[in-house]
Amino acid sequence: MARRWGRTPRLTAATLAVAGLVTAAMTGCSALSGSASTSSSSITLYSGQHPQTTQKLVAAFEKKTGIKVSVRSDDEDVLAQQIVTEGSHSPADVFYTENSPPLEFLQGKGLLSGVHSSTLAATPSRYNSPQGDWVGVSARVSVLIYNPSVISQSQLPTSVMQLADPKYQGKLALAAGETDFQPIVTSVLRAHGTAATLKWLSALKANAAGHLYPDNETIASDVNKGSAALGIINQYYWYRMRAEIGAGATHSKITHFAPHDPGYVIDVSGAAILKSSKHQAAAQQFLAFLVSKPAQEIIGGHSLSYEYPIASGVTTAAPETPLSQLQPNSITIGDLGTGTAAITLLRRAGLL
Amino acid sequence: MTSSPVLDRSDPGPGEPGLHRPGYVAEKKNRRARRPRALIASAVLIAAVLALPLIFLLIEASGSGAAADARLIFRPLTAELLWNTVRLTVVVTALCGVIGTAAAWTVERTNVPGRKIWAVLVVVPLAIPDFVVSFGWASLWTWIHGFRGAVIVMTLAVYPLVYLPVAASLRGTDPGQEEVARSLGSSRVRTFVRITLGQARGAILGGCLLVAMVLLAEYGAFEIVGYQTFTTEIFTEINVAFSLPAACALALVLVLLSLIVLGAEGRLRGRGRVSRSGALAQRVSAPYRLGKGKIPALAGLVALTGLSLGVPVGSAIYWMTSGGHDSLTGVSMPSAALTTALYGLLSGGLATLMALPVAVLAVRHPGRARHFLERSTYLVLAVPGVVIALALSYFTEHYLGGFGYQTAPLLILAYAIMFFPLALVGVKASLARAPVSLDEVARSLGQPRLAVLVRVTLRLTGPGLVAAFCLVFLSVITELTATLILIPTGVQTLASQFWVYETNLSYGQAAPFALVMIAVAAIPSWVLGRFFDRGVADPRTMT
Repeated sequence: MARRWGRTPRLTAATLAVAGLVTAAMTGCSALSGSASTSSSSITLYSGQHPQTTQKLVAAFEKKTGIKVSVRSDDEDVLAQQIVTEGSHSPADVFYTENSPPLEFLQGKGLLSGVHSSTLAATPSRYNSPQGDWVGVSARVSVLIYNPSVISQSQLPTSVMQLADPKYQGKLALAAGETDFQPIVTSVLRAHGTAATLKWLSALKANAAGHLYPDNETIASDVNKGSAALGIINQYYWYRMRAEIGAGATHSKITHFAPHDPGYVIDVSGAAILKSSKHQAAAQQFLAFLVSKPAQEIIGGHSLSYEYPIASGVTTAAPETPLSQLQPNSITIGDLGTGTAAITLLRRAGLL
Repeated sequence: MTSSPVLDRSDPGPGEPGLHRPGYVAEKKNRRARRPRALIASAVLIAAVLALPLIFLLIEASGSGAAADARLIFRPLTAELLWNTVRLTVVVTALCGVIGTAAAWTVERTNVPGRKIWAVLVVVPLAIPDFVVSFGWASLWTWIHGFRGAVIVMTLAVYPLVYLPVAASLRGTDPGQEEVARSLGSSRVRTFVRITLGQARGAILGGCLLVAMVLLAEYGAFEIVGYQTFTTEIFTEINVAFSLPAACALALVLVLLSLIVLGAEGRLRGRGRVSRSGALAQRVSAPYRLGKGKIPALAGLVALTGLSLGVPVGSAIYWMTSGGHDSLTGVSMPSAALTTALYGLLSGGLATLMALPVAVLAVRHPGRARHFLERSTYLVLAVPGVVIALALSYFTEHYLGGFGYQTAPLLILAYAIMFFPLALVGVKASLARAPVSLDEVARSLGQPRLAVLVRVTLRLTGPGLVAAFCLVFLSVITELTATLILIPTGVQTLASQFWVYETNLSYGQAAPFALVMIAVAAIPSWVLGRFFDRGVADPRTMT
C-alpha cells in the first residue's frame, strides 16, 4: 500500500522545478547582482535629476577622470529618506537633485560634508547652500501656463495673488503637492504673512475645484487640452511637453508674472557629498565637474532638460528668456529651506 | 488509526459551509497531544519577518511624537481621504468580485469557445504596470479622472486577483453536490448560487480580500488619474514634507483600515469547511452548455480583455511608434527581461514556500492564536512598497551594519514579504479543499509527518501552489517603488528601466519594456492554464 505514495511523474516534475530554480539562481547571479564596485576610483551617485542629463554628465566625467560613477535614479525625496534611513552605511557618495529642499533637508540632518570653496565659487553664491554644504548646478523658473483659446492674455493675472480672484473659478489647475508649488507658498508667506497666505490658499483651492492635480505634467497637459485655462508650473514642463507632442499639438503658452512678484521664483538643482562617503576626493572631483564649463554646456545645450545652466558663465538656448533677464522675487535658498512653514499652511488650507 | 488534525468548528475556518467529517468529535480530545511544533515554529518565524515593516512603522511614527501624529491624523483632509479610500475600495472590490467570478465561471465551467486562450488572456492584465494602464486610459479620454477614472483603471487592473483563486477553486470542486442539488429539483440559478458559488465562496472572498488590500496600498495609478487616497497622501508626506514619520503615522491608519477589511472578510467567510463527497473523486464537471448564451458570454470576455489588455497594449504600441527616441542608454532588453524573470521566479518560490507552513497551520491545525498569527500576515499587503523597502533598509543599517543591503537576496526577500498574502490565499484555498482523510490514511500507514506533507498534501494542493506562485510572479514583474530602493546598483528590471525612460519622457524607448513585461506575464498565465488542463485530461492522477 505504501508504494502507492512513491514517486510519481508529478512529484518528479516538482523536483525538477525546484532544481531548475536553484540552477537559475546560480546562473542568474550576475543578472541579479550587478557590478557595484567599491574601489577608490569609483563613486555611487543617488540622482533625482533628469536621467538623460545625468547620464550625459556622468559619461563626460568618467571619460575625463577615469572615475567610474554608478547611478541610482529615483524620486529625489525618496532618495533623501533613503539616505537618512541608510545612515552611516549609506552606499551613496554624491546626491544630485532637481530642487534645493531635499539638499537642505539632509543639510539640516547634518549628513552632508562641505563642498570645496573653488567649486562653490563657480556658481553665483545665491544659488548655493548658505552653509556651503551643497553647490547649485542648474535652475528653473516658475511660470504661468495658459490656453489662449480658453482665456485671453488680457484676462491673465500679473501676480500670483490674483489667482485667488473668483473670476478664475473653475479655470485654475493646481498641483499643491508638487515640490515646485511649495516654494511659491513660502515666497507668498514671506511677502504677505500667515493670515493672508492662508486666505489666498483657501481661495486657490476653491478656484481649482475639479482641477486639483498630483503633478505639473497633468497641469501642463490639461491646460494644453483646454480642460483647464491656466496654472502655475516650472518652465521646463512646458518645453518638455512641447518636445514630446510637437509644436503643432501645443495649444498652450507660458508667461511670467510681473517682475519680483512672489510667484516669480527660481528653483535650484544642486549636488552634495555625503559625510558617510568613503570616496570624498572623487566625490569632490565630481561636484567640481558638474559646475565646470563642459558640464554646464551639456546642461545648456541638452535638448530635453530645458534647465538654465547657472555656473561658469554658460548660457542657454532653449528657454527663450535668458536667466540674466529674469526678474524673480528676492527670496533666497535659505528662505526656501525645506518649506516646513509652507507645508503647515497647505495642510491648514486642506490642500495637503 | 491514531488521531488526526481536527477542524474546530468554533473557529472561523477557511472553507465554506458544507460538510464536516463524521467522527471529528472523538478526535477533538487528542488535539493538544498533537501540537505540531516545527510547523508552529516556522510559522511564527515567518510571521515575525512579515511584521518587520509594521514594527518599522511604529518606530518611525513614534519618532515624531503622539501629539504630532494626532494633529496629522485628525485634520480636515483625513475625513476626505478616508471617504475617498473607503468608497473606492468598496466599489472596486465589489466590481472585481463580480467580474472575476463571472469570468472564472465562464472560462472554467462552460463550453464558451476558445477557453484555453481566454484562460491566459484574462490573467495577463495583472502584470501590466498600473502606471501603464492608467496612462493609457488617461491619454485616451480626459474624463478618465478622479473617482470614475480610479474605479475603471483599478477594476480592470486587479480583477485577476479574484479570477485566479476562483478559477482554481471551480476547477477543483466536486460536481457531485451540484448534481445532487439538481436531482433534488433545485433550479439552475438556485443551484448556481447555493452550490457553485457556495463552494467557491472561500476563493471569492480571498480574492476580494486581496483586491481590497492592494487598493489600500495603490499609488501609481491614482497619481495619474488624480485621485487622492491615504496612500497618495503618504507619498506626499515623503515627497513634499520630507516627513517619513508622518508618512508612517498615516500608514498606520491604512493598517487599521486593513484590519477592518480582514475582520469583515472573516465574518463573511463564516464557519465550516468544504470537501469532496468522495475523497478520491477527482471528477470534473461536464461543461455547462451555454447554447444561445454563447454570444453574450463571448461578448463579455471580448469586452473585458479588450478593455483591460487592449487599451494598455494599444497605447504602448502607439508610444512605440510615435513617442520620442532619445540617445538615453539603458540595460539591454534581454538582460532586463532575464533579471525580471529570475527575480519573479525566486521570489515566487520563496513566498510560496513561506506560505506553506502558515497555511497548513491555519487550515489543518486551527486555534485562536494560530488564527491571529495567520491573519496578521495579511497586513503587510496594505503597506506601500516604499515603506517596506525603507523598513528593510532601516533594519540592515541598524542590526547588520549595512550587510546585504542592495543585494539580490534582500530584494527577493522584500518581494516575498510584499506579496506573501497573495501566495497565502492561493495555498490556503486549495489546502482547505484537499481532504484531510488522505493525510490521515498516510499517517496511519506510518508515514512521518514531513513525508505526508510532501507526498500527500503538496500533491493535493498542486493547483493552489502553482496559482500562489504565479500571483507572486506576476506582481513582482511590475513592482517599482521598492525595486528602485533595494535593487543592486547597476541592475535594472523591466519595470525600473521602463521608469527611467518614462521619467525621461522617452516614451518610444519605454514602450517596448511595457510590452515585454506583458509578454513575460503571459508565460505564467499560460502555465496556469496548462496545469489545470492536465487535471482534466487525466482526472484520476490522484489514485
